[in-house]
This record gives sequence, C-alpha cells and structure tokens, in this order.
Amino acid sequence: MRRLREMPGRLKAASIGVMLGLLLFASPNVNAQPQPPKDFVAVDETAPGEQIPAIPLVATAYGFIWVVLMGYVWSLGRRLRKVEGELAELESRRKPPFAEATGCK
Amino acid sequence: MTRPTLYMLALAAGMFAMAPWIINAAPNEATMGLVYKIYFFHMPSAWMFLISALVAGVASARFLFFKKATADGWAVAAAELTVLFGSFTLVTGPLWARKAWGVWWQWDPRLTSSLVLFLMFVAYLLLRRFGGPGSDKLGAGMAIFSMFNVVFVWVSVNYWRTIHPPTTVVPTLPVEMGIPLWYCVTAFTLLYIVLLRLRARLEHQRTRVDALYLAEES
Repeated sequence: MRRLREMPGRLKAASIGVMLGLLLFASPNVNAQPQPPKDFVAVDETAPGEQIPAIPLVATAYGFIWVVLMGYVWSLGRRLRKVEGELAELESRRKPPFAEATGCK
Repeated sequence: MTRPTLYMLALAAGMFAMAPWIINAAPNEATMGLVYKIYFFHMPSAWMFLISALVAGVASARFLFFKKATADGWAVAAAELTVLFGSFTLVTGPLWARKAWGVWWQWDPRLTSSLVLFLMFVAYLLLRRFGGPGSDKLGAGMAIFSMFNVVFVWVSVNYWRTIHPPTTVVPTLPVEMGIPLWYCVTAFTLLYIVLLRLRARLEHQRTRVDALYLAEES
C-alpha cells in the first residue's frame, strides 16, 4: 500500500485499472469452479460407474490363496518324495546285502 | 506321512472345500459390503503369519542356545511358512483396502511393520539358501531378532494412529460373522500344523541325507 501511495498519479491509475481488469477477467472463471455441496443427498444406490466392483477383488483374494496353497502343497510333496528317495538309496548303499551280512549263500 | 498328519490334512482340505459355502452364508457388512468377506481368509492368514514367525524365533533360540539340532529344521520350516502366510496377508489386504479405503496401500504402522516382518523372513530364507557354512547360526540370530517384530505388528493398531481395524474387532463380531471367521481360523490352524510338520520332516530328512553323504566321503 505504501508503494501504491508513493507511485505517480498516472501510474497509480494504470495499476488500479490493470487490477480491476484482472478481477473482471477472472470472475467468470471463479464462478465456473464447482461449488462445494451445501448438503449431502442420500441415494439408494451409487451410480455403477462410480463403484469399485467388489466381486473381482474378493475372487482374486480367494483365488490367489487357493492357487498358491495348492502349488505349495504340490511343491512340498515333490521335494519330500525326492529327498526320501535319495535317503532310501543312500541307506540301501550303506547296508551290506543280506547274504553278505549273514554269511548265507 | 504319519497317520495323524494325514487325518489333519484330510480334515483341513475338507474344511477348505466347505469354506466358500460358509463364507457365502455370512451377511454383508454395512459400510464395506461384500468386500469385507476377504477378512475370513485375510485374518487367519495374518494370524498364521505372526504365529509362524514366533515359532521360527523360538525354534531358532532352542537351536542357538540349547544346541538342539532338530530345532533348526523346525525354524526353517516355520520361516518358509511365515513367508507363505505373509504373502497371503500382504496380497489379500491391499485387495480389501482398494475397496474399503480407496487405495491399494497405506504406509501406516500395521501395514509397514507387516511388510518389514515379511521381508525379514524372505531375507532369512535367502540367507539359508545362499549363505553357505555358518548360515544356520546367523539365520537363527536373525529369526530371533525378527520374532520381536511380531509384537510391533500386533500392538501397532492399538497404540498408533492407523486406518487398519484394531484387534478389538474380533471379539465384538456378531455371531453370524464370527462363525465363518472361527471356522476359517480352525481350517488355517490345522493346515498350518500339517504344513509345518511336513516341511520340518523335509528339512530333517535333508540333514540325514547330508550326514550320509559326509559319512560316505569319510
């Protein structure tokens, strides 16, 4: 404000004119902005386009658990069979043949 | 597979097969609608995730401080199951959040501490897989350290500001929602026990195989 008071008369008039012009120019844009809602209106159902569908989310959640669980059980079974096969082979290699151990022919 | 393990597996499989009908019979929630039904698998998964982390920590402590060799097998088994059930929790949670909160993820205390716990056990498994000699003891220390994060995950919803439902939700559930929840908790617990026994057996058999190879070489 002090700067405005110190300005020469013609410049002051021009500045005020520019500011008023900007205000006038901006006013339609301000009016065009969406107004905040004055009150909330209850509706029975949300428009379908605005809803996040629940069924795909629920199906993905359950499907993921089922698929991963089955995959894990299958992988565990496969790993167990493999290691138990290896163990049986190693133990049979360590044990002397029955005939050799007992001396029977 | 022992007979009790086989029976438990059959029972757990039967319960899982029946679960969709039992969950479908539960009513929808007033504000979240249908999507809250993810809760019936999300919550038991999260419980097994935390219990498994505790089992891994306790077994590691037995291995490290009491020199129980078999405890290491239990710790590895529990750590793998922590990652398995942790992945269920961390996948189903965001699917539920997308609808309930409008976002897939929030860096809030419960979600962040759960992710950290999950990553700790992923790191544990990587260490055990690629760590070489001595990784069993280092891993045991890591599992004990990680176990204490369970406390933070559990209390996070009650002590810090979070958008995740608090632990008090469970006892206040209406009966028609509580029945499917406890049914799923039972199914998940049975499945967890079976998987833990089988996975520990695998680890113990691997130890025997290694011992036999060493005996053969010497």
